[in-house]
Amino acid sequence: MVLTQLGPLAASIFSLIAIASLLLSFVMLGSHALRHYLYAFGAQSWLIAILSASVGYYANFPELYLIAILTFLFRGLLLPYLLLRVVRRLAVPREPIEILRPSSSLVVGALGVVFALAVAHNISAELNLAGTIAVLALTVMLSMKLIGFLILAARQEAVSQILGLLILENGIFLGSQILVPGMPLLLEVVILFDLLIVVVCFGVLVRYLMAHAGTTSSRELRQLVG
Amino acid sequence: MLSLALVTVLAPAAAILLIGVIRHPRFAEFLNLAAAAISFLSALPLPLLTAMRGPHVFWGGAITVDRLGAWVQLCTSIVYLLSSIYAVGYMRMLGEEERLPRFYALFAGFGLTTLVGPMMNNPGLYWIAIELTTLVSTFLVAFERAAEAIEAGWKYIIVVSGGISLALLGTVLSYWNGSFVLGPRYDMTWASLARAAPHIDPMLALLSFLLVLIGFGTKVGLAPMHTWLPDAHSEGPAPVSAMLSGALLNTAMIGIVRYLSLADRAGVGRVSHGVLIALGVFSLFVAALFIVRQEGVKRLMAYSSVEHMGVIALGFGFGGPFGVAGALYHMLNHSLNKSLMFFGAGNVMRSYGTKEIGRISRVGVHFPVMGALWLAGAVAITGAPPFGLFQAEFSTLRGGLATGEVFPVVAMAVLLIVIFIGFLNHFRIMYYESVASQAEEPRAVSTWCVAPMWCALVPLLLLGFWWPNALWNYFGTIAHVLGGAR
Repeated sequence: MVLTQLGPLAASIFSLIAIASLLLSFVMLGSHALRHYLYAFGAQSWLIAILSASVGYYANFPELYLIAILTFLFRGLLLPYLLLRVVRRLAVPREPIEILRPSSSLVVGALGVVFALAVAHNISAELNLAGTIAVLALTVMLSMKLIGFLILAARQEAVSQILGLLILENGIFLGSQILVPGMPLLLEVVILFDLLIVVVCFGVLVRYLMAHAGTTSSRELRQLVG
Repeated sequence: MLSLALVTVLAPAAAILLIGVIRHPRFAEFLNLAAAAISFLSALPLPLLTAMRGPHVFWGGAITVDRLGAWVQLCTSIVYLLSSIYAVGYMRMLGEEERLPRFYALFAGFGLTTLVGPMMNNPGLYWIAIELTTLVSTFLVAFERAAEAIEAGWKYIIVVSGGISLALLGTVLSYWNGSFVLGPRYDMTWASLARAAPHIDPMLALLSFLLVLIGFGTKVGLAPMHTWLPDAHSEGPAPVSAMLSGALLNTAMIGIVRYLSLADRAGVGRVSHGVLIALGVFSLFVAALFIVRQEGVKRLMAYSSVEHMGVIALGFGFGGPFGVAGALYHMLNHSLNKSLMFFGAGNVMRSYGTKEIGRISRVGVHFPVMGALWLAGAVAITGAPPFGLFQAEFSTLRGGLATGEVFPVVAMAVLLIVIFIGFLNHFRIMYYESVASQAEEPRAVSTWCVAPMWCALVPLLLLGFWWPNALWNYFGTIAHVLGGAR
């Protein structure tokens, strides 16, 4: 088992990166400006790329170097750039009305992390992995899941919703680098490409939304009920 | 066998390429239709071949042709063919000639991705296939570019992407769970996960099953994750609605079924089946509420899809030979029947120029043939004899009684009766109630739009009278392989 054989240095590097990524999702949760979301997302993706590379180095999975490079290029550069173009076109620099104010959403997000920790703790205890990096990886994975869904539920601007989805994906990707570094390479590469297609599709739909529905706020999209 | 399975997916792929090269509406129409016909013809013998030669994996375990997958591929290719025939007539009515090549390229892409899903032997690649179906079909849903259509497309992609990201988490956790048994690096296939399943940690196995159930359940449209479904089904063009309902939902359902079988082997079958049954009953309940009070004709059909997915979930949830056979037979009949219903709804909607049930009147008088077909379909879809769905639902109920699930069986029976009354009441209004101010005569519909209705109704009637013995054996083997024992 890879997780139990890590040296203290590797374990602390992994923990540091995982926690820093979690903090960056709080940055997204607590800010108004769409542009800040993007910077935080880009930074998070870079951290994940560094994580992939260091898992590849310390746990001896050389194929992860390729994943690290692709993550950096796709998630770290291309996706933020594409989204930045969408934001520029939108001319909506900030989230207009908040269903949940940033300060309150930070509190809810923190509660989510506590819940994720409880779940992760139970699972790791069951698997005899208590006290290893697995607890942290699971916690970060589940918390980013919860934070992503929180953003999806509480934000209404189209771009924020896309970012909510991307946080969900980042969480899974981050956790899987630590938990299952041996996952087939093909799969990870395909998921990266898939993400790119997703964002392009979203971009096109946002353009349709502006042109044909006249709004990009999900609050004003309420013609279909019942 | 491999070549046949490949032809089913290569035909639509070739069609996409050719449509991209030669952008001509008539030609695109023809290419898509030809691709659908080839897919259907090559998917038709697949169940027979798998029954004779057993399941096979190809290409180093990347592709599997097993009984369950072959069956779903057959159902999908039937819907793809029927809705391609229908699309020829329907899309000409929209007056979007120059955008037709793009529509048919997307439509063939939708057929391609739904046909690829069941063949994937790697749970991760299966997930990708399901994700791609969403991306392609979003643009089909939003094709008409009305504000409502775009809204439906947006809601669809957001809700479903969020939902199936949970399925990805479940997939990763399953792989992690297997790595305690098979080592950190192993091939991710259904077979290897099944091999590891008896030795993995049950709690983590249950957690991953629940995540996958919620994830793919969103795509299947099980309540309470069904919220995207009525919008997407009602706003897309009618052939797209038929594909969404008759093809896509089945393809997503087999993901749940395969993970359910893994959960069975991991010893957490009781809870897993229980949750699936609960979601099934809840879907029936929600569908019944919305069917009774529905005002839109296509939304009525959409909620009926929620109902039928609930019944299929119940069939697999009950398990055992009767439950599984009922669910699989239900898939085929629902694919045929729901296509018929959406075709009728699309015809009526176009010729009356409205989606509101209250403004559609005397369909039987204006359209004697098409009206009769649609009405027969309505009787069939509510599960009345002598049509195929009656047989399927009856077998599902028997499956429930055989496994001792009395409460869900009673709830299912009561809710089906409520839906029967509510659904047919809307048809009573559309057929026999006269509206005072009938502004103008409804427009006529083309033969392209009526012929596929015949092609759907005749087999439905046949399947209602005659459930071939070979199919029983086929389903029995699937039930056995899935390991319905709890």
